[in-house]
Amino acid sequence: MSTWGSSFRGVGVALVKGFWRDRSAVFFSVVFPLMFLVLFGTLFDSTTSSRMTLLQVGDVAVLDDLDEGARGAFEQSFNVTREDDRAAALDEVREGDADVAVEMDGSTMVAHYTETDQVRAAMVQGTLSAFVNSANLAATGEPPRFSFRAESVEDDSLEVIQYFTPGLLGWAVAMSAAIGAAATLQGWRQTRLLHRIQLAPAPASAVVSARVVVTVLTALVQLTIFLAVAMLGFGLRLEGSWYLAVPLLVAGTLSFMAIGLLAGAVSKTAEGAVNTANFVVLPMAFLSGSFFVLDGAPQWLQTVSWVMPLRHLNEGMLDVLARRGQGLTAMLPQAGYVLGFGAVVGALAVVLFRRANG
Amino acid sequence: MMAAGDVAIRTVELRKSYGRTVAVDGVSLEVRTGEFYGILGPNGAGKTTTLEIVEGLRRPDGGTVELLGSAPWGREPALMRRIGVQFQAAAFFDRLTAREQLRTFAALYGLGHGPADRWLERVGLDGKARTLTQDLSGGQAQRLAIACALVHEPELVFLDEPTAALDPQARRNLWDLLRSLNDEGRTVVLTTHHMDEAESLCDRVAIMDHGRVLVDDRPANLVRDLDAPVRVHLAPGRVDVVAARALPGVETAADDPESGLTLTTRTPSAVLTRLAELDALEGLQVRGANLEDVFLQLTGREYRA
Repeated sequence: MSTWGSSFRGVGVALVKGFWRDRSAVFFSVVFPLMFLVLFGTLFDSTTSSRMTLLQVGDVAVLDDLDEGARGAFEQSFNVTREDDRAAALDEVREGDADVAVEMDGSTMVAHYTETDQVRAAMVQGTLSAFVNSANLAATGEPPRFSFRAESVEDDSLEVIQYFTPGLLGWAVAMSAAIGAAATLQGWRQTRLLHRIQLAPAPASAVVSARVVVTVLTALVQLTIFLAVAMLGFGLRLEGSWYLAVPLLVAGTLSFMAIGLLAGAVSKTAEGAVNTANFVVLPMAFLSGSFFVLDGAPQWLQTVSWVMPLRHLNEGMLDVLARRGQGLTAMLPQAGYVLGFGAVVGALAVVLFRRANG
Repeated sequence: MMAAGDVAIRTVELRKSYGRTVAVDGVSLEVRTGEFYGILGPNGAGKTTTLEIVEGLRRPDGGTVELLGSAPWGREPALMRRIGVQFQAAAFFDRLTAREQLRTFAALYGLGHGPADRWLERVGLDGKARTLTQDLSGGQAQRLAIACALVHEPELVFLDEPTAALDPQARRNLWDLLRSLNDEGRTVVLTTHHMDEAESLCDRVAIMDHGRVLVDDRPANLVRDLDAPVRVHLAPGRVDVVAARALPGVETAADDPESGLTLTTRTPSAVLTRLAELDALEGLQVRGANLEDVFLQLTGREYRA
């Protein structure tokens, strides 16, 4: 085997084993961000909460007499369960297990609800009285004078999981790439492993490539786990050109490694390097919309935000993963900025590191 | 391979400063092929910087280095295959086992598992093959570091304080390994703080301080040139201190009722003959000067923090 191939393989295997055996590194690069995904996914879940639970007590003529089409529309809004014990039904509403209980009092439909969630209470009232009105209208046999049709347009707002999956993934990758690079550079410098490797015939390019490839592979593993959890657990839908997330993520990884190298170059110890990398990555994640939507942020903050490579990565990932019809043209400028940023920061890191270790 | 007696390392007037600190101030050394060469000196004497320049890790501000006939600066792969380096701090990859560590270093030289596993056995760590490096004892970690420096069979080895922080058993055990490396014909350059170690292992030693080489010779020559008196220790109650002072050749005599009488002399054979006539040899100890005395004489006794 050539020295290049053998060094690349040897160092790569050593790095993979070293990473995998470092429980805290695995935790912080995979489990920790995943906890946020699960947390956000559960907190802001909009898929299960959109239908309201309705308990039907006894026969309710207005509902029972709905024709096929109206019944379908009704069930889009309400999840109907039959509960003939009136007291039990009211208890369920009182305890918040059901949104509303309905019964007939002669020809009046009575809805029992609580005022705890006022928005929901208003939705229940509005929707139910609309159905009662249309039932009244149908009973007159007259054709309605006005009609109503709703048409949806493709909008910019996204379901919560569509927004947070790319953002949290970007943060996870930024964290593990930057910290990995910072810790390796300073750790190896401190134990003099860096000198030891310099005194072997292994080409520097082989050792650097091993570090880069292992970090990129880690990012792709993070991508796979994130998408799997978001799709299976929270109903993430991948849009047409989602595979463009892969080259975009590679560009991001390289850029964050450069940030890590800079953190390593300006620090004196491995712990200091990791802290510096964290100190940069966490605020960057906040400013890049990894944790919340930045649409309401003041203008100057938006401007600062667009300096961050993570903002560009997040935006690009949103485009290709979650927004319909966005492809290469949306992704390329973002990837270009991310790579350019990485090149500048990386060059700065090399200069500073050389100066510190001349 | 070079023939024994050729010059393995030659430095001429090496100089290196960091800002205002002069780390190396005109060091000229010559190490011959097959030699076991020691570099001694207090902390901050310039030993490590000198080695780093010789190894090619640092570029000197002035002077020249010749390492196995080539200039070391510039990372020449062919030259790197001929030298092995072990650093003070165990420079290991994180969270690898002893065997994985050696195999990774072998890979840096384009070598397979065979040489790595042979060296693991050679340094007696085959029983610790699956132990993570951070769980090895100090002595085991040092032996592993030495194996990592030798996995590619270099002809010249640099060992930087390999026995620092080891217990006496581990030190002796390591000496045997170091001697065997030299016996195989390898040139060994060793830095150490232990004078007994240098005296026992090294063919020649250089004593450095303040970035300069103070002396450079065989340990026995250095001790002889010190011309220090021999100390003779007598068991309590054998000879009266006044009588002892009167013996021909005795320079000083001091009595301690607990431990006995201590004489110093530069003519030990005459003094010992007289003591035999006085029947005072029972429990007698003679201690000559050693390398430590030379070292302290040259570098001073004051404590340097």
